[in-house]
Amino acid sequence: MWFLCVFYHRLLDFRKPEVEALAELFGEEDESPLQWRLPEHHHNDTPFHFVHLSSEEIAQNIAKRSLLVKGMYELWGEGASYEELKDSIERFPDSRKLPFLASDSTFRISVETFGKALTFDEQRERIDSFTYVPFKGKVNLKNPDHNFFLMEMDESEENNGLQPILQRRIFFGREVGFADRKLLPTFQLKSRTYLGPTAMDAEMAFLMANQAKAASGKLVYDPFVGTGSILVSAARFGAMTMGADIDIRVVRDGRGPDCNVWSNFKQYGLPTPVALLRMDNNLPPWRSGLKEIFDAIICDPPYGVRAGGRKSGGRKILKGTVDPYTVPEDKRTDHIPSTGAYSLVECVHDLLHLAARMLVMKGRLVFFFPVLRDENGSEVKFPEHPCFKLVAVSEQILSSRYSRVLLTMVKVEPYSEVIEEAARLMHLEFRENHLKWLEEGNIHSSVFKPSDTSEIRTDSKSFKDPKPKYRGKYV
Amino acid sequence: MRLIVHNMLTCNIKGVINKFPLRIEAEKVIKKEVDFNPDFLRHMLAKIEWKALVDGARSMGYTELPDHAPDTERVESDESFLKKFHHALLELHLEEGSLVCQETGRKFPVDKGVPNMVLREDEV
Ligand SMILES: C[S@@+](CC[C@H](N)C(=O)[O-])C[C@H]1O[C@@H](n2cnc3c(N)ncnc32)[C@H](O)[C@@H]1O
Repeated sequence: MWFLCVFYHRLLDFRKPEVEALAELFGEEDESPLQWRLPEHHHNDTPFHFVHLSSEEIAQNIAKRSLLVKGMYELWGEGASYEELKDSIERFPDSRKLPFLASDSTFRISVETFGKALTFDEQRERIDSFTYVPFKGKVNLKNPDHNFFLMEMDESEENNGLQPILQRRIFFGREVGFADRKLLPTFQLKSRTYLGPTAMDAEMAFLMANQAKAASGKLVYDPFVGTGSILVSAARFGAMTMGADIDIRVVRDGRGPDCNVWSNFKQYGLPTPVALLRMDNNLPPWRSGLKEIFDAIICDPPYGVRAGGRKSGGRKILKGTVDPYTVPEDKRTDHIPSTGAYSLVECVHDLLHLAARMLVMKGRLVFFFPVLRDENGSEVKFPEHPCFKLVAVSEQILSSRYSRVLLTMVKVEPYSEVIEEAARLMHLEFRENHLKWLEEGNIHSSVFKPSDTSEIRTDSKSFKDPKPKYRGKYV
Repeated sequence: MRLIVHNMLTCNIKGVINKFPLRIEAEKVIKKEVDFNPDFLRHMLAKIEWKALVDGARSMGYTELPDHAPDTERVESDESFLKKFHHALLELHLEEGSLVCQETGRKFPVDKGVPNMVLREDEV
């Protein structure tokens, strides 16, 4: 069945991957990628898309759980004019229409426009034109059984900076479901008791949890848990969670007994993580033989200055001490181990290694990766691993020069020693490419400094933007 | 720290051979109720080192677990076993104490429920 999927004009790259991940979660065949279709004359960044799903129930589940689906509709008709719309609705089979028009049901028709505003009277007039649809039920504006939408998108106007479509298009359909964005005010970071400088924004955290297909009965791990904001979203979707971080003040102490990572879950009545640990993902203390224990790994790894990665044992040998440096016996209990810098390449390597070993088959690894926005539009090389297939790449533009890309990888091969060797070679190649690329722009020092949106406008002369103008942090 | 995690951890000091399981020294154990999810438990049962779980539970004062885990097929119907497994795996918390390496005697402190597994630079 084809459904009309209307998106919010936000985070454009994240929209289809969200629907695709949720389709899999709700039982759509995971081998075949979803089929998508664009309305005539629309380009990929339009809010209107058609998606093929096997049942209305799946369509509804996807929409309800999503953040970016403004509405999922059973399309009754479409056209470039109201005459075409009428023909199209009349051709839509009665057997599909009549069950929703019955006299013992209630309904509402809403008018939505894109690119222009309609007065109340203009809306009225459009609703009244539906005399050819035999609505027998009673109108109920508050809580109808069936919600119908008339959506009009006009030509010529630029919409939100979106390039104009060539032709006017009108859609009429029955709503099947829509995103519950009421989650966002509840979970917004402002409401969080324990916050850190790199806490993940609630909307993004939910999108990450959706990419990971977080759900009841699954165990989700964040190796760079910080204040736990990503795991909070996974827990909201029913998953059990577990997190680790090298920073003991964050993961153990927080700001006191009622303001710490645990309390960030309790404040929403969510189950607390099955574990919080202090450990170094460069030197993880997993027992040998432990494998395939997590259903998903989601994280925002420590790149750049804001949360620069550290790993244990990096301190330079102190003057006058004997090599190797030993901690004096009397200082051992309270000793805070020194840490050394953790390069992006090494950090990503450890993450892929962890995921290859610890994820169940078909388990998902979802993480952010920083990129320099290239003026020549040349391909960015993403890290690779023979156990994983890359299934989604979603870019969030942070400034005119930097983006971060959410990568979703699915484990398709079990971990083995043979794979380990292949992984090592892939890693070396990635490392070499990456080092070359690093020389061209010092990503470490700037990628995660709080983004300066004004830069996007002022800098545009010196920088040829590979993405359309309307793309920014939230789009 | 719950036993599900104890079951995953070792002492990763270089050169240590006999590193699993870490012995639990319990100073403060608390119990927190967790939703019962049989599917999750069955999935976990296949991954767990049973003896380490039994010993860990004992050192935290819980002695109801059988010495040997029942077969995976039988578990389906054995609700009373699953309840005990659930309790040991997820509801017992080591709030204060240590995890001790059997070979080196290295103590990994557990403070406010959080095990500290990071090594000192001379151990790496
Ligand atoms: C970008 S922050 C993640 C923030 C987190 N998403 C939150 O909601 O607060 C990266 C985290 O990785 C931690 N980290 C850095 N190096 C690490 C390492 N080697 N092993 C484990 N954690 C590390 C930092 O302490 C920091 O909390």
